[in-house]
Amino acid sequence: MSLETEIGVFVDGVLNYFSTAVQQGAQCGTPHLALNDNPDLADYTGVIQVSGKRTGLVAFTAPKSMLSVMLMRMQETDMSHENLSDLAGEIANTLAGNARREFGHQFQISVPVMHSDRASPLPYPATSRPMVIPIDWRNYHARLIVCLD
Amino acid sequence: MSAPRHRLLVVDDSNVIRRRIERANELPQIEFVGAARNGLEALEMHALLHPTLVTMDLTMPAMDGAECVAKLVQRDPRLRILVISALADKLTAIDALEKGASGFLCKPFSDRQLNDAMRKLIDT
Repeated sequence: MSLETEIGVFVDGVLNYFSTAVQQGAQCGTPHLALNDNPDLADYTGVIQVSGKRTGLVAFTAPKSMLSVMLMRMQETDMSHENLSDLAGEIANTLAGNARREFGHQFQISVPVMHSDRASPLPYPATSRPMVIPIDWRNYHARLIVCLD
Repeated sequence: MSAPRHRLLVVDDSNVIRRRIERANELPQIEFVGAARNGLEALEMHALLHPTLVTMDLTMPAMDGAECVAKLVQRDPRLRILVISALADKLTAIDALEKGASGFLCKPFSDRQLNDAMRKLIDT
C-alpha cells in the first residue's frame, strides 16, 4: 500500500468519525511530515500502540474546548478531566481500529494510553517520521498523528 | 408502553461509550441494568445481574471482548451479544460471530445505528 493510500485510510476514518459520532462533518487539511521529530500536542492526547505486521503509533490530540463540545454533541453532561481524556483515547482507538479494514487483521492495536505531558515526545519508532493530519471541526483544530514503520 | 423484557449489560473500557449506549437506547423493551469496564468485570456483572442482552467492546484490558463473548455464551447460550468495536476488518467480525456473538456494530456509530442494531438483536 502506498503512503498516499495509507494516509487516505486515516483521512477517511477521521471524516467518517465526525459525521457519524457527532453528526457534524470535519475537514482534513493537507497531511504532512512533521517538520521536527516532535509535533505539537494539544491539551489531551490519546495514543494507540500498533504492533504485528506494522509497528508504531496512532495518536489523536485535541484542545479541551473541542472535546467538551464533542461531548455535548453526544448529549454527555460529564465534562470531567477523566471523560475528556477518555474521549481522546476512544477517538484514537476508533481511528486506529477502523484502519484494520484496509491494513488487515495483523494491524494489532493496544488499548488507549493517555499522554499527559505535552512537552515530552510521543514514543515514535526510531526509524520513522511522524505524519500529521490536521483536523478542522467547527472553529477547533485537532491533529491525528500517524507514525508507522 | 410495553414493560421491558430485556435486561442490558454494557461492556466497554470507555466511560463515554458506556454512558452513550445507555442514553441512546430508545427501545422500551430494553432496560439498562449495568455496565462493566472489561471482560472480567462483565463475567462478575453477568452473575449478579442476569442480563439477557450484552453490548461488548473487543479491545479492552484485563480480558478482551472475544474471550469474554466465548465465556458468556458457554455460561448462558441464550444470551444475545452485540459486539460494538472499532476493529473494522472482516476476520474480526467473523471471529466474534463464531465465538457466539449475535451481531456486530462498527464504531463510530450514530444513535440511530445503535438502536437499529439493538432492535435486530431482540427481534432475532
